Amino acid sequence: MADGVELVAVTKRYGATIAVDAIDLRIPAGSYCCLIGPSGCGKTSTLRMIAGHEAVSAGDVLIGGRNVTDLPPARRGTAMMFQSYALFPHLNCLDNVGFSLRMRGVARAERRARAAEMLGRVHLTELAERRPAQLSGGQQQRVALARALITNPSVLLLDEPLSALDPFLRGRMREELKRLQRELGITFVHVTHAQDEALALSDLVVVMERGRILQSDGPRAVFERPRTPFVARFLGGHNILEGRALDGRAIALADGSAIRLEETLPAGRGTVQIAVRSDRMRLAPDDAAPNRLAGQVTAVEYHGSFVRVALHDRAGADHSLLLSETDYYARPVALGEQVVAGFRPSDVHVLNT
Amino acid sequence: MSSLPRDALTGAAIAAPPDGAAVLPRARGRRLAAALPYLQSLPLWLVMGVFLLIPILTIVAVSFWDDQEYALVPTFILDNYREVLTSRVTWTTYLSTLRYAAIVWAATLAIGFTVAYFLSFHVRSALWQMVLFQLCAIPFLTSNVIRMISWIPFLGRNGILNRTLMALGVTDHPLEFLLFSPFAVVLAFVHLYTLFMVVPIFNTMMRIERSLIEAARDAGAGPVAVLRHIVVPLSLPGIAIGTIFVVTLVMGDFVTVQMMSGGQSASVGLMMKNQISLLQYPVAAAQAVVLLATVLLMVWAILRVVDIRREL
Repeated sequence: MADGVELVAVTKRYGATIAVDAIDLRIPAGSYCCLIGPSGCGKTSTLRMIAGHEAVSAGDVLIGGRNVTDLPPARRGTAMMFQSYALFPHLNCLDNVGFSLRMRGVARAERRARAAEMLGRVHLTELAERRPAQLSGGQQQRVALARALITNPSVLLLDEPLSALDPFLRGRMREELKRLQRELGITFVHVTHAQDEALALSDLVVVMERGRILQSDGPRAVFERPRTPFVARFLGGHNILEGRALDGRAIALADGSAIRLEETLPAGRGTVQIAVRSDRMRLAPDDAAPNRLAGQVTAVEYHGSFVRVALHDRAGADHSLLLSETDYYARPVALGEQVVAGFRPSDVHVLNT
Repeated sequence: MSSLPRDALTGAAIAAPPDGAAVLPRARGRRLAAALPYLQSLPLWLVMGVFLLIPILTIVAVSFWDDQEYALVPTFILDNYREVLTSRVTWTTYLSTLRYAAIVWAATLAIGFTVAYFLSFHVRSALWQMVLFQLCAIPFLTSNVIRMISWIPFLGRNGILNRTLMALGVTDHPLEFLLFSPFAVVLAFVHLYTLFMVVPIFNTMMRIERSLIEAARDAGAGPVAVLRHIVVPLSLPGIAIGTIFVVTLVMGDFVTVQMMSGGQSASVGLMMKNQISLLQYPVAAAQAVVLLATVLLMVWAILRVVDIRREL
């Protein structure tokens, strides 16, 4: 059974410093939500307040419409998967997974049966008698997952669950997490600092900085229409340009070239920052892409399926162009070459500052 | 670049002596390399040998000797062991010493665990942790005997405690069991040796990951369940090390028992000391060997139960 999570003006203060600053957030039941931001942005504190491992300084935490602000962790219907997994080193996998059943006074036989079934679910049946120290990182993670899921929580909280794994395993576990979430239909709240992880997994991406939520949206919306320059920079894949508003539909860059937009500029704005996705900029511009950005090539990186060209523009800012392999080799560029990149007005997104 | 092959060439010409001559220095080098670790541990072996192995072997040897009048006769007889093991006094003394060890162990464990738990889990600031820890440790910079003697004016018939109790009207006559009694012996032991429990337990507790406590709480464990299922099992190595310290110290003690019981209580160590003062060295040596075997057996039993390798 899935429950939604709602935060109402939730604040966390450590002495004089404010870690989480009166945030409001509604996570729909059964969705996969990623809290993302740089370290110290308050994402982990937020997760721990939902879990009940951190006292809320002000505001309310609601789970399934029930105010759980003052309830202990085990009575919230949540389960947490810890960053370093926090498996009990003195217990074998089966007893680790069955631990919360033991705390609830479930009889030994039933406890072991249910724990064994849960271990089967994460494909670890044959390792039931092993201690955590005898498992690989990926196996430990799956034991932690099984331990968290055994009480049938309505919300699963994951604190950087993939950060300790190597890139290959990370990809596999990411898939597995998503599959589990879909199968169980419960709400997942996942803290991460990796944007690819957030975009690949979530239904709802919540970008945080300095204790505040900057944007919470679906992954596509966040990526296509980042609200602020910070969000655009943090998610990556965007080039940010600054200019002066000419009229409602155009801005002038520092070097004087005009950029046309399709979005309407808000009235009364002098300087404007815009974001253009790096994969939407092209070298060898044509008339379909009337916007121009001139600069010098400072690096060319071959990535296999695409080529990254780094551009240093006349205003002194650095940009990236992601070109398809075919496009790049149709017109290769040399280091230090002066080039002009082009992009369409529809690819320009105006940022709030 | 051009000098390289020539060097290699001359080198090859020089280093092409008959087979045997070439093999010999290399083999010696290899033997030296194999012996190097042993050489490096030689100082430790010397210290252990001179201060531990040789004395123990001497004691074992003397335990088989004979003493006639005032002379030690090197021979091989089992009489000393027969005397030690068949005497009722030995058995009652062992029983009394073991009882002291058990009571002191229980008391130091209870206090030591509580203090270590408080220091590691409830004192949040590292500074306070250090200050309180030092507070436990500083008294141990003075001698055992001084710390023991200081109990005498406190517990004596006209001591501070008795006078206070009488002034408060708790009792109308001095309590006699306070000093020169088994109670006083246990009290002094606990006072002397609790730190040996606190330190190793504190060490293991500091290594318990705090996220484990949270994980247990997340699974629904209350404070008592956290203690029982997480803290105690994970502190076992420290408890075992502390137990080894306390048990061996109490088993081998003679001065505390003698001073605090006023000579009314016996201990194995005391028995040995008396035999030595009567110049019965072989019997005392046999006694020492038996005690050593007993204590080693106890340590072995503890190590069978708890794996302390993680702590070493």
